[in-house]
Amino acid sequence: MNDTLGGWLEILALVVVVALSFRPLGDYLAHVLTSPRHWRVERLVYRAGGMDPDADQRWTGYLRAVLAFSLISVLFLYGFLRLQNHLLLALGTPRMKASQAFDTAASFVTNTNWQSYAGESALGYFVQMTGLAVQNFLSAAVGIAVVAALIRGFTRTRTERVGNFWVDLTRVVLRVLLPMAFVFAIVLVAAGVVQNLHGVQDVPALAGGHQSITGGPVASQEAIKELGTNGGGFYNANSAHPFENPTAFTNLIEIYLLLVISFSLPRTFGVMAGDRRQSYAIVAVMVLIWAASVALITANELHSVSSTAGHDAGGMMEGKEQRFGIWASALFAASTTLTSTGAVNSAHDSYTPGGGGMTIFNMMLGEIAPGGTGSGLYGILVLAVVTVFVAGLMVGRTPEYLGKKLRSREMKFASLYILTTPAVVLIGTGIAMALPGERAAMLNTGPHGFSEVLYAFTSAANNNGSAFAGLSVNTTWYNTVLGLAMLLGRFLPMIFVLALAGSLAAQQPVPVTAGTLPTHRPQFVGLLTAVVLIVVGLTYFPALALGPLAEGLH
Amino acid sequence: MAVTGGPAPLPAGGDPGTDQHRVAGGLLDPRLLLRSAPDALRKLDPRVMYRNPVMFVVEAGAVLTTVSAIKDPSVFAWVITAWLYLTVVFANLAEAVAEGRGKAQAETLRRAKTATTARRLTGWHPGAEAAAEEEVQATALGLGDHVVVEAGQVIPGDGDVVEGIASVDESAITGESAPVIRESGGDRSAVTGGTQVLSDRIVVRITSKPGETFIDRMIALVEGASRQKTPNEIALNILLASLTIVFLIAVVTLQPFAIFAGAGQTLVVLAALTVALIPTTIGALLSAIGIAGMDRLVQRNVLAVSGRAVEAAGDVNTLLLDKTGTITLGNRQAAEFLPAQGVGIEELADAAQLSSLADETPEGRSIVVLAKERHALRARTEGELAHATFVPFTAQSRMSGVDLDDPQDNRALRKGAAASVMRWVREAGGHTAPDVGGIVDGISASGGTPLVVGEVLRHDGSGSARVLGVIHLKDVVKAGMRDRFDELRRMGIRTVMITGDNPLTARAIADEAGVDDFLAEATPEDKMALIRREQEGGKLVAMTGDGTNDAPALAQADVGVAMNTGTSAAKEAGNMVDLDSNPTKLIEIVEIGKQLLITRGALTTFSIANDVAKYFAIIPAMFAGVYPGLRHLNIMGLHSPTSAITSAIVFNALIIIALIPLALRGVRYRPSSAAALLNRNIWVYGLGGLVAPFAGIKLIDLVVQFIPGLR
Repeated sequence: MNDTLGGWLEILALVVVVALSFRPLGDYLAHVLTSPRHWRVERLVYRAGGMDPDADQRWTGYLRAVLAFSLISVLFLYGFLRLQNHLLLALGTPRMKASQAFDTAASFVTNTNWQSYAGESALGYFVQMTGLAVQNFLSAAVGIAVVAALIRGFTRTRTERVGNFWVDLTRVVLRVLLPMAFVFAIVLVAAGVVQNLHGVQDVPALAGGHQSITGGPVASQEAIKELGTNGGGFYNANSAHPFENPTAFTNLIEIYLLLVISFSLPRTFGVMAGDRRQSYAIVAVMVLIWAASVALITANELHSVSSTAGHDAGGMMEGKEQRFGIWASALFAASTTLTSTGAVNSAHDSYTPGGGGMTIFNMMLGEIAPGGTGSGLYGILVLAVVTVFVAGLMVGRTPEYLGKKLRSREMKFASLYILTTPAVVLIGTGIAMALPGERAAMLNTGPHGFSEVLYAFTSAANNNGSAFAGLSVNTTWYNTVLGLAMLLGRFLPMIFVLALAGSLAAQQPVPVTAGTLPTHRPQFVGLLTAVVLIVVGLTYFPALALGPLAEGLH
Repeated sequence: MAVTGGPAPLPAGGDPGTDQHRVAGGLLDPRLLLRSAPDALRKLDPRVMYRNPVMFVVEAGAVLTTVSAIKDPSVFAWVITAWLYLTVVFANLAEAVAEGRGKAQAETLRRAKTATTARRLTGWHPGAEAAAEEEVQATALGLGDHVVVEAGQVIPGDGDVVEGIASVDESAITGESAPVIRESGGDRSAVTGGTQVLSDRIVVRITSKPGETFIDRMIALVEGASRQKTPNEIALNILLASLTIVFLIAVVTLQPFAIFAGAGQTLVVLAALTVALIPTTIGALLSAIGIAGMDRLVQRNVLAVSGRAVEAAGDVNTLLLDKTGTITLGNRQAAEFLPAQGVGIEELADAAQLSSLADETPEGRSIVVLAKERHALRARTEGELAHATFVPFTAQSRMSGVDLDDPQDNRALRKGAAASVMRWVREAGGHTAPDVGGIVDGISASGGTPLVVGEVLRHDGSGSARVLGVIHLKDVVKAGMRDRFDELRRMGIRTVMITGDNPLTARAIADEAGVDDFLAEATPEDKMALIRREQEGGKLVAMTGDGTNDAPALAQADVGVAMNTGTSAAKEAGNMVDLDSNPTKLIEIVEIGKQLLITRGALTTFSIANDVAKYFAIIPAMFAGVYPGLRHLNIMGLHSPTSAITSAIVFNALIIIALIPLALRGVRYRPSSAAALLNRNIWVYGLGGLVAPFAGIKLIDLVVQFIPGLR
């Protein structure tokens, strides 16, 4: 089988399995988020935490719960990392230095999973399993909980209540993430991903000498790493490492896992909103952008090759694993940067300027196609609000989305949302480029060196977590600033989303008439896609011009 | 129809008679542009500019480039600086022109407000024969004072007539020269200060404080003195402000990137890039659009108390329309003669006509006309018939007619309510044909009004009496209403007809006119309940009204249009007043509201779409020096970096001037579904906004490159 056919078959298989999951998983998530029944084990959790599972929260209460929970998570993880040499199964790893521990804690709680350390040498099993893996579940669930609150803002009428954070969080973890992660961890083990507590083994190498090989509970972490769009690898090489992602089959499974929840959530939105046509419009925008991105990266890696070696290899093979090849690498790269996953099975830094530039652009889109678990859907819904506002004016009515009017209050929160991430990315990159000391951390010069810094801040502020290499980020400055970028990029938008939810929930819906802007037709799909591309394009065009464009155009 | 002629004659925008589909406004008068120039310069004051965040940023940019140009002079720096200032001036000009049109109207209104003296009556009470009279300044009048106004005098303040009847010239506010009748009691009792009594004498109770009269409010409204940003405008402003901040950040952070690339930029270039990117087009025209929207209403003789009401008009879901005067012609008209068995139709028509000769009601006249047109019966004048005594209609008899005392033709004819005429015939010893009852019921069932015609012959004193037949009176639906309602339906607006008729009649007319629903035998309470019910479902309701009993409903409705002929209570309660007192205008008001929002949306889209081309002009100009590959982005083939940046800035400024007429006139609006409207506007303003600047910047570059000193 040649590469092209194989590539197409892999894409086809992926599209089919994601499409098949769309309805059942979306419907199930809607059921989980709306069912009045509590499981017994959930009641135990609520009793232990002293929460009333039947009390609805105002958006402010919901927000306080999100922030408090996340703050505690950061503190816990920070403590674990600082004290890990005293913990079980430490494998002799030393405690992490303060700035790096902060960076890592912020990173895993914000669903970013930026890693300025190498997992196999810096962390023991206990921290990996109880610190990082736990956050992989929780941070993913927090995103879904927040989008659930936003959906309730659209569906509820004249109320201040947008749901109960603790119930949403608990249910998503217990009813969705844990069972799915368990099943897929077993599938991954069966497919060759390692799962043991063997520690470091000393193995004589074929060519003589010795090799230290670190085993570990990889498969269990790998499943939730992808499913929760986390992306923090057990090993430094992440999904390029043969223990994490040994075969083309596991590669397909991993891409499927990192896409499936985010692609199914629009269905949940449509079901909860009582109008399934809305979910098709949203998912259509996601699919359009995703497909275009996959196509562009693949085409660039196949054809925009400048080196002789690349021509001989039939594409840009530098930085890509031989067992995946160009097609599966590009597919993974597009999917991981369009979600907030950030796992990698190849080195994005070595991509062609066009392909690498696309990975940056994907993240700049705000990760909405399909985005992180929950965060992707709320991101695209906020952009839909902006689109409806401008388009709604053009049909001569006060704009309304799903019957809720978009007035100054709603536009304030939507505007602040779309303002936040670009501000964090650009100001962060700007400061880094202005400080001579931080410029010294750059290992490359010229546009490519700039792209690496831009990538770092884009990845952090959008909670992606993947990295262009070539930048020494384990410095106190980068650890601190990127940690802050991750926190701001995660929680400021959440504040605005929940405020928007509260403001929408308080409204009396407007009936739909022939004069209402239809938001389920191809027209709206095209318009929303255009708004996403133009707004993002305009914001980042100068930066992209000095990075990938300057590098790529000759 | 316009409020005035003002110094600059107001354009008679969009005569609904010639093109019902087009809501249009005035064109841009170059003289008005010139006259507004000083105002535009005055508005450069940062304390004024601060209200408009987008243009404030442009002004700040202009100040920075001025400083930079002084310190490091070059032709390029000065050209950019000049055009940045021009951009702000153009924006101010748009607003000043919009305001200028209102000011011209206010001027004429002020003339109506010349100082008048009032003849105040002290101790007046209803029925008082004489009361002490004193001369006071109109401005000294208080609430509840009574004043007397006689022919030739100006009414000193708003009020209600409490005694007498007079013809009043209200042309000062309505522009309509025909006098109107104002009388005590009823729904025509309101008079407006500044209007002139032409005949007779009335006593008026003052209902407004000095300085708060209707004319005062009109002046304030058309001048825009009390203009506040509308909810939608605020929401749009927030979006524009946040886009401005995003672009500011993008430009400010660009400098460290540029320095790293070895291509640090001058302040002038960075300011130019900022101004090119922030949404200046819509930012410059936003307030002009709002003012012009109000102005378009004024041109149609509608006064809105706030821009909020105009916006609400665009959102209306349900229109409550009074049947009479809005959907049907004012009165019922004779449509058909239906003779009783054994009576010729000519005979009935003749009798009906004779009995109606003296009937001056519209119904009576329509009977005369129908007989003439349908049966070639010449309408005889009253004097022509000797020995004819006309019997007028009274509430007791519920009939009218004629007694002919001619020897050849000695008979009495009556027409009127079926029961009354039949009783009259029976009392005269006659019989009623058995089929008449059926005819009467049939007409009632179809929603018409039956008038029975009876005859009593008086030959030799012995009379014979009989019923001749029935006249079918029916409501006549105004021409074109069905199309209008179909249009509204396509726009997603439901129409509800309000009528005092019984449900049967109401249904028949509703079906004929094509309204969506009707409210029969409507009382003011029913109306109120209907409005509440609609509003509870989240709908916005618009209605017109004139009577005092309409006032609560007018206040409750989201858009309440009071007729100028109505009572002052109604005018107070509504949020718009139609000076022409034409209830059909409600539909136009809705269209103007929609057009206002569409204009904002369209120009926002245009403004943002423009940025794409500007990037392609400016980015290669900034960085092609260090990264030659970026030359490929110069797809317009602009002459040089400086000419490229200059062209983008010049285009950015000129497009504001070019779009002022559109902002004032409003974009084209055709009633259609939301999807169709959106499609059209996306193609015109979205795609147009994407493509137009590529052509515009290229053309400007062809000229700009010849500026000496601009490399």
